[in-house]
Amino acid sequence: MATVADQHETDTVGNARADARAQGGKAAAAMAYRPASSTPYPPPGVDADTLTWAETVAGGNYAHKVLARGTRVRLEDVTGEACAHVLAYNALEPWERLNVADTVKISWQAYLGTGHPLLSGDGRVLATIVSDDSGRHDALCGTSSARANQARYGDSAPQGPSPSGRELLTLAAAKHGLAPRDLPPSISFFKGVRVEPDGGLTWTGSAGPGKAVELLAELPLILLIANVPHPVDPRPAYTSGLLRVHAWRSRPTAPGDAWWDAAPEARRAYLNAADYCAARGL
Amino acid sequence: MTEITDTAGRTPDCPKDLKEVLDPGRYADGTVLDLAGPLADGEILLDEVIPARAPWSAVVKSGQVLTIVDVGGNQSGDFLLYNAQDTAERYSVPDTIAGGGNVYVRTGTVLRSSLGNSLATVIANETDRQDTIGGACGKESNTLRYGHHTTSEHGCRENFLAEAAKYGMGARDIVSNLNWFMNVPIEADGTLGIVDGISGPGKRVALRAEMDILVLISNCPQLNNPCNDFNPTPLRMIITERA
Repeated sequence: MATVADQHETDTVGNARADARAQGGKAAAAMAYRPASSTPYPPPGVDADTLTWAETVAGGNYAHKVLARGTRVRLEDVTGEACAHVLAYNALEPWERLNVADTVKISWQAYLGTGHPLLSGDGRVLATIVSDDSGRHDALCGTSSARANQARYGDSAPQGPSPSGRELLTLAAAKHGLAPRDLPPSISFFKGVRVEPDGGLTWTGSAGPGKAVELLAELPLILLIANVPHPVDPRPAYTSGLLRVHAWRSRPTAPGDAWWDAAPEARRAYLNAADYCAARGL
Repeated sequence: MTEITDTAGRTPDCPKDLKEVLDPGRYADGTVLDLAGPLADGEILLDEVIPARAPWSAVVKSGQVLTIVDVGGNQSGDFLLYNAQDTAERYSVPDTIAGGGNVYVRTGTVLRSSLGNSLATVIANETDRQDTIGGACGKESNTLRYGHHTTSEHGCRENFLAEAAKYGMGARDIVSNLNWFMNVPIEADGTLGIVDGISGPGKRVALRAEMDILVLISNCPQLNNPCNDFNPTPLRMIITERA
């Protein structure tokens, strides 16, 4: 029976080198596009030359990037089965990071949507949700753990068929020198949960294929994304579809912009971020 | 001279003068202070009153029960738990919510870790529900919530950082927390916020440690919202162990 090894002539270093090099230039459903301007899926209305990140993330996989302040990031749920579990850090002082409790409490709103500032625990806005046509997001349930995925799907390992979000975020974080201590609760996009009057959770699931969320980086960010099923997704099968990520140069929220004055708490969060950046010469 | 005791005749320890800490005249008019007592049977291993505004910490061994008494009523106790053997494993709000299928903490709620493991179980609770969504106040976040004139005020984040430093931990180790005796309803459209409390003097909650846990508490010093009825008061911490 033919094996994969039969398709490769790798008996000498020269042959192995030729074999390896022959693999370059192939395409895959999930891959990074370099340069970013070469993406087959440029976001509508965006000059491809301004793109700084273009990548399709497989279900059960992860992505990460360091982003300049003023970068706009678009996440698209290609098939309606993506769930983007996101963590954001101040790239210059990563112990400043997403604080989900402050993000919902200070905005007086548990459900994420357009205009919601994503706050750190240090009184600053890390990013703003500047666009959203999904409306199915979650800031309460975090991501999946090894323990939960082993119980639900039989496996949780990053190399296995049903990786947990926690284990993928651990890997993404490690690539920026960050350790498990650096993983606070995360938020997720494209799968919704609502809270009942007694505190119980109701799954609202996906808004369908092609929905997108855009985030605007208000500080220099390390962004980590795990694309895995939501922890309370009731379906027995590990269901996780393609997530498309594009980012491009834009500018941070400034006085006069709608988000700056949308709420007094948000305005002071933008003021504190602007103050930090001015002092650091950013 | 009269000793201060609870109804069982026991006098808790206190890092400051207990008579002063429990003097109602030091708090808002009408303040009632009730020391209550442990919510679980067994030998009392530790019994301490935390003065208003102060941090506190202890290790609770697997199987031991920690009772927290809301001595003055509606005093938020901001609370974090860690695996005492490996503090990289710590309390996780989302694992607790997703694991229990409910955003409110009540009797039976399992307090889960960042790895999904059971740190502790709420075995008794004398208020309708407890909060784990509202997070902690802090010097910086107060400027967003109330204005930059609050810059000089102390917060729970500072209490957590000061107490965590005793164990070699820092900002990386402070995560979203529990708030005993704080009331944070979520309305149908997602609107949420800290509102008047549903606890009272002498109300208690008790946790059984499911592994050896390090607990940090900030007796919330917030002065700008009803999480402590605008009147920070003491908390009593009691660790018991069944014979």
